[in-house]
Amino acid sequence: MFRVVVLVVMGGFFLVPIGAMFEFSTRGNSVTAPRNLDAWQNIVKTPDLTDAITASLELAAITTVAMLVLLLPTMVWVRLRFQGLSRVVEFVCLIPLTVPAIALVVGMVPIYRWLNINFSSSILTLSFAYLVLVLPYSYRALDAGLSAIDLKTLSEAARSLGAGWRTVMLRIVVPNMSTAILNASLLSVALVLGEFTFANLLAYENLQVAIAYVGLVDAGTSIAVAVASLLFAFILLMILSYFGRRQAPLAKAEEADFQLGQTIGLSGGLIGRGR
Amino acid sequence: MTAAGTAAVTAAGRPIAGSRRLSLSWVGLVPFFIYVALFLFLPTVILLAGSLADKDGNFTLSNLTTIAEPYLVKSFAASMEISAVSALVGAVAGALLAYAVATGNPRGLLRRAVTSAAGVLAQFGGVTLAFAFIATVGVTGFVYEFVRDRGVDLYANGVWLYELPGLTLIYTYFQIPLMVIVFLPAVDGIRPQWREATESLGGGTWHYWRYVAGPLLAPSFLGCALLLFANAFSAYATAAALITQGGLIVPLQIANLLTSETGRAQPGLAKALALAMIVVVLLVMALYTVLQRRTSNWLR
Repeated sequence: MFRVVVLVVMGGFFLVPIGAMFEFSTRGNSVTAPRNLDAWQNIVKTPDLTDAITASLELAAITTVAMLVLLLPTMVWVRLRFQGLSRVVEFVCLIPLTVPAIALVVGMVPIYRWLNINFSSSILTLSFAYLVLVLPYSYRALDAGLSAIDLKTLSEAARSLGAGWRTVMLRIVVPNMSTAILNASLLSVALVLGEFTFANLLAYENLQVAIAYVGLVDAGTSIAVAVASLLFAFILLMILSYFGRRQAPLAKAEEADFQLGQTIGLSGGLIGRGR
Repeated sequence: MTAAGTAAVTAAGRPIAGSRRLSLSWVGLVPFFIYVALFLFLPTVILLAGSLADKDGNFTLSNLTTIAEPYLVKSFAASMEISAVSALVGAVAGALLAYAVATGNPRGLLRRAVTSAAGVLAQFGGVTLAFAFIATVGVTGFVYEFVRDRGVDLYANGVWLYELPGLTLIYTYFQIPLMVIVFLPAVDGIRPQWREATESLGGGTWHYWRYVAGPLLAPSFLGCALLLFANAFSAYATAAALITQGGLIVPLQIANLLTSETGRAQPGLAKALALAMIVVVLLVMALYTVLQRRTSNWLR
């Protein structure tokens, strides 16, 4: 009885707002107007939104690739050669969790002013900052993958057969931890697509900022985009939780899940709280 | 820089593999640490230095003392209040939900559905979440209109959605799922044998909760509540999307000081406030870590 009551009340609390967004985005222009999908069609007719969607997708791609290229070789290298530094790297990667994004961005403003003048003022420079935001999540996801394979033996075997480090990385490490790489990538994509704080305060118009602006004029359309981006992120995270469960012995997988869950939970911001 | 990282790893590895020559393998770590230095440590240093400097770059403590101004103290109090209330509500509701899930079938559909949903919903926030609540209990919202047509006016005493109570309500939406994620392992750690042991010693439900399960879960519960507090305290985007002007809570004040276009931008003060936020979050997280360690003593 207790369980039923708890589950029904909570279910209502969590489902009603999402349902209400759908309801709101299909309303007609006046009280008596029939339901329609005008708001959804307006998404593609609003250049602000399409530009921002493109920019956010590009940012997600750049950030994810940069994260993999920067973080994965470093983590592999630390495990093979600098065991003593692994704590340091972990600590550094988890720092962004405890520094509120709104605080971090204050310190980034002068850096971006400099970048704007001396490098580029393109919105894509935001990837530098986003890489910091995705560090903790990517670290935990990749760390879970690396812990599940015997990296030392694998790399020594490959090296003794004459493989160079590039071959070791691309043909030994990457295929052996494809799930972890997928997890890290999905997390970083979801995080970048939902990011608001950095973009807003560094004066760039990414997806979330555009949604907020459009919402001031046309609530229906911006709620429609919001629903769409939410669904997209849900799908990403569902894929993640599906694949996340298939690898490794159960106990280990659950441990990793728990750690990852804690990392995700802490600070949150995956779908746009941006903390 | 990042492409060079792979190259450096590749290049640096070769000489060492066969011989014991002077090691250049540290070169492989350079890109990562350069990046982190530029985009993680440099901002922190800028924060620290900037909060101690005036507009001309001279040393001053005025930024830090300005935090004591009434309007900023008020924002801090509001931030604390919203974080504490949403953390408390979230912790209690989340713990109930975690308990409801933990007492069910550990391999059942319900558990999988709730944990997956919690993982997703704990991330739900920002602009989207603010809009979801505007569409729900805003003045043209679904639920507002539904109960109004049945004679209940939610806003009989004024529209509270865009003020502290509304923001607190919205925050609980991501606090409860977060609590489920972080608290469930502790609830799972409670063994049914302990209850049986209590019963065989003549204890009832009250004794079990008062002397066995309660004391065991208390540190974890408090720790998780602290985590929720830090989570709400750091949140900015939801409030920014909901409240377009004013400085109700500290993150909004920081944003105002940073972006004000009327010449009233005070970057030094913004940095001091950011620093104060970091200090609060660090203190809370340190306490959380201590409590979490106590839990893990018996959990694993």
